[in-house]
Amino acid sequence: MTDLFTTYTGSVLQMLLIAAGYLGFFAIAGLLLVWLERRVAAFFQLRLGPNRVGPFGLMQTIADALKLLSKELTGTDKADKFLYNLAPYFVIITALIALAVLPFSQQIQAFDINIGLFFLTAVSSVGVIGILLGGWSSNNKYALIGAMRSGVQTVSYELSVGLSLLTMVLLTGSLQLSEIIEVQKDGWLIVQGHVPALIAFLIFMIAGTAETNRAPFDLVEAESELGAGFHTEYSGMKFAYFFLAEFINMFIIAAIAVVVFFGGWLSPFGITESLPWLGAFWFLGKTLVIIFLMMWFRWTFPRLRVDQILTLEWKYLLPINLFNIVFMAVIIWLNLEIKF
Amino acid sequence: MSYFSDIYNGVKTLLQGMGVTGKYFIHARKEIITQEYPDNKDTLKMFDRFRGEVVMPHDELNEHRCTGCQKCEIACPNGSIEIIWDRGIDEETGKKKKKIDKHIYHLGMCTMCGLCIEACPTDAIVWSQKFNHATLERSELTKILNKPGSVVKKGIED
Repeated sequence: MTDLFTTYTGSVLQMLLIAAGYLGFFAIAGLLLVWLERRVAAFFQLRLGPNRVGPFGLMQTIADALKLLSKELTGTDKADKFLYNLAPYFVIITALIALAVLPFSQQIQAFDINIGLFFLTAVSSVGVIGILLGGWSSNNKYALIGAMRSGVQTVSYELSVGLSLLTMVLLTGSLQLSEIIEVQKDGWLIVQGHVPALIAFLIFMIAGTAETNRAPFDLVEAESELGAGFHTEYSGMKFAYFFLAEFINMFIIAAIAVVVFFGGWLSPFGITESLPWLGAFWFLGKTLVIIFLMMWFRWTFPRLRVDQILTLEWKYLLPINLFNIVFMAVIIWLNLEIKF
Repeated sequence: MSYFSDIYNGVKTLLQGMGVTGKYFIHARKEIITQEYPDNKDTLKMFDRFRGEVVMPHDELNEHRCTGCQKCEIACPNGSIEIIWDRGIDEETGKKKKKIDKHIYHLGMCTMCGLCIEACPTDAIVWSQKFNHATLERSELTKILNKPGSVVKKGIED
């Protein structure tokens, strides 16, 4: 009996410690990403960006977070209070759940389930419920329009994310993330699957950007049309949760792309195979490159209209994607993969 | 067949756009257009077309080019320029001749439209690049453009 008790408390304690570690790491990573976004945006527009607080302005986002913490939490009188308060937690928690299955290196993976990829796509689409709740319960027309657009967008692009990942699952034969990386020791999947993998990667990047509600698919927020979209009525720390969730989601999409297409924590050409602890470095480095690509999209492309978004998904991405799966199947059937 | 050409053109133009912004990103260090204002106060130089305020340049002999024709005063849409003039005797010809006593410029009323500078036939007034106009007294915004004791340059009216 005492034995059971100690193992039980032991495992709970372990879970709590790991959760605290992940939370701490991603709170800081989120702040860093916000800083990076602002600096990169500034450079794309030939500006300097935040450079006053701390070295290179690194402390700017911490100052902003402290400001948001100290601000009053305002709300609307006629808001549905329960749902209104629940929504930001929905968004941030779904973003954090997805982090559990990401393999940062061979050793650092909190939760290696055999349906990892399926779990990721499932969880990342739950976040939209938080956005819908927030938009609906705010009792604000702009928030509601933003939330509805988010619903339309996520439901549509979820398909493309899933199907483009499915194309790659044909190559790996497994949904388990550690297994997927194991397969890539013969060459990253984007090399192994060459043409169809490249098409799948392009589709995944487009759909993934839409999934995170970032520009050019940011008509959920659409500052110029809807105030701030679904989080118009949120202030202070609740707004910060939405903001942080956006950046964590961006990290997750980039991380999925790295795991599925670019070999996760594997080093290029196996140059540091003898040093397994460098896996986290390679993983985070590759993720940062993909994140930079998403920032590049954001500061180059203009926002799409609702009808253009739906046209892009249903008339272009989805048919190409379905064709691409067949193409990939034929490639595998004829053994045309490139393996080293 | 426009379906496939649409895809091709779409991808092509998107990459073109990313090329443009990518070039900006790479050259960001050299071509930054923002000024870190209070830090570079000493070296900051405004661009040539900047409309700071109207000034009247004087040469080293304390001579300006203003003949007192008052065209600027007439051109000014809101009366920011007032000219107090006098009649003097021309030393060479002995005839009576108009000369300015005070060229008064109300910076506080000026909208920087530049009509006075366009109207001036002798280019006596020009834009300056000064941008920091804040003062503690409103009266400091009323400026007398010709320096005390200055005279008009010879041969300007010809």
